[in-house]
Amino acid sequence: MNLSNDDVRDILRLLDSLPFAELHLETDGFRLSLRRTADGEWTQATEVLSTSAATPDEETAPAPAAAAEAARDGLLEVRAPLLGTFYRAPRPGAEPFVEVGTVVQEDSVIGIIETMKLMNSVPAGVRGKVVEICVGNAEFAEQDAVLMLVAPEESSASDEPPGEEGTA
Amino acid sequence: MILRRILIANRGEIAVRIMRTCRRLGIETVLAASAADLDSVPARLADRTVRVGPAEPGASYLDVEAVVAAAATAGADAIHPGYGFLAENPRLAAACEAAGIVFIGPSETQLAAVGDKVAAREHAVAAGLPVLPGGEARHLGAARRLAEEIGWPVLVKAVGGGGGRGMKQVHDPDELAHTIELATAEATAAFGDPRLYLERFVPSGRHVEVQLLGDGERVVHLGERDCSVQRRYQKLVEEAPAPELDETVRTGLHAAAVAFGEHLRYRGAGTAEFLVGPDGFYFLELNARIQLEHTITEEIYGVDLIAEQIAIAEGRPLRPLAATPSGHAIECRINAEDWTRDFRPSPGTVTEAEFPIGDGIRVDTHIQTGARIPPYYDSLVAKLIVRGADRADALAKLRGALARCEIRGVETNLGLYAELAEDAEFVRGGIDTAWLPRFLEEFTGAVRG
Repeated sequence: MNLSNDDVRDILRLLDSLPFAELHLETDGFRLSLRRTADGEWTQATEVLSTSAATPDEETAPAPAAAAEAARDGLLEVRAPLLGTFYRAPRPGAEPFVEVGTVVQEDSVIGIIETMKLMNSVPAGVRGKVVEICVGNAEFAEQDAVLMLVAPEESSASDEPPGEEGTA
Repeated sequence: MILRRILIANRGEIAVRIMRTCRRLGIETVLAASAADLDSVPARLADRTVRVGPAEPGASYLDVEAVVAAAATAGADAIHPGYGFLAENPRLAAACEAAGIVFIGPSETQLAAVGDKVAAREHAVAAGLPVLPGGEARHLGAARRLAEEIGWPVLVKAVGGGGGRGMKQVHDPDELAHTIELATAEATAAFGDPRLYLERFVPSGRHVEVQLLGDGERVVHLGERDCSVQRRYQKLVEEAPAPELDETVRTGLHAAAVAFGEHLRYRGAGTAEFLVGPDGFYFLELNARIQLEHTITEEIYGVDLIAEQIAIAEGRPLRPLAATPSGHAIECRINAEDWTRDFRPSPGTVTEAEFPIGDGIRVDTHIQTGARIPPYYDSLVAKLIVRGADRADALAKLRGALARCEIRGVETNLGLYAELAEDAEFVRGGIDTAWLPRFLEEFTGAVRG
């Protein structure tokens, strides 16, 4: 059973004439809570309860690739700033932003994470040489998942390689 | 024919919205859901849910064959595509026809005519509508010539785009080559169509659109909606009627939209979008589907547009509808995004969802406590719609209603609307599309400063 908005309004009209500030209603498939706020207006919280019509399968949420334990001694981690689909290249068929061996600066773009139809570029955030790519192209990454491992550059700022890599 | 079972090829609030009308009309609903949505509120509400594919929209909600196969298996008479996904895809309309299933929307030919934005411009001109100077840019040389002709700055648009997607401004002739290259690649990836066209870029104007209904013979309008509160071409607040609009412009827009619909012998619900500038208005595009903001038209015309879509799909002639609106309606799109951090998306699990209820307040949503908001789809979680006797009354209702919205577990842009509802310029009404970016800049500046 489901209540229509009109049904709920009828209930509200009834409640307005009564001294109650809350109403909780539960049926087999439905839960409704009405609450009177300080200004005398009402809020509703509804819950449609689960039926066994279809069972979600878990393939939708693959385990976050390569969790933090991969952090090997001395390596820096590039983590996903938000969850979504990780892309290594600016568009299908294009060269990846970085490969193993690429030297990155803090602001070098190392990939894109698509979340809710928005493309968010992921800066390395660290400086060094990419030694491992932990999440493959078009794979799902949880927030904070380690995307890449970077070996810090020991070299001083004066003998940095020319900065042609990275930033797309 | 009478439709008895409809497959809804969509998700989120619009799936719930379509089900509400179906239930009222005694029509059975089958939801075609991706693996990520099998336990969603629409899946719980549907009479039956069919899995159409994995979470990735390309392999589920955008898969024409999977959707039509699901409808055939479930014994559905018709498919309602909602908005987005396959709603304006002529291939779905064609596949439905081939399978003997009713497509709740315009004909394949009409979808193709307005989906191709260059063709749509040509139809608009043929119907006597004003359009912005522009045209197709088949290659860089042509684009350069065209841009010189129409004057800088120009807007590069994808022929297969629309709905604010696939547009780029070019202010400097030196940027053109790079932008064309980037836009071609993006248009190919996003719309499967690399073609581009140029239009004169108008920095500020109002976005006003007209709701149409057609039965293939007759076309009527249900007034206009003002959707000028936009960020990066995405609408955030809509209201109807358009406030502070010159009456000649208003009736001109209505007449132009109807003329376009009549020219196409349009069948179904559609929206003609216009840019209203200081010197007149220009046709932008026709959205051949139900729109997200159809709700505010429903509120002031007392009509159920989904029911009208279904009636038209059943082959009925247009029914008598209110000729004039009554009152004023405003809609806010509540998105799971952190508006204080550059609108960063915020998928996750809703831990609490409480909404206002009362006269003149409507909330269309698919979220509730425990609902998961997956990262694969857009960030809309609810639409808050208020209706008042006039605009001042609607704004007062909006402030009260916003104060009673409580969504926890994910970030939302509710706070932005609370600020907007108090802003003097917004309250005065009649703002243009440049207003919100300016407001946000000033607001974040004030917070940082």
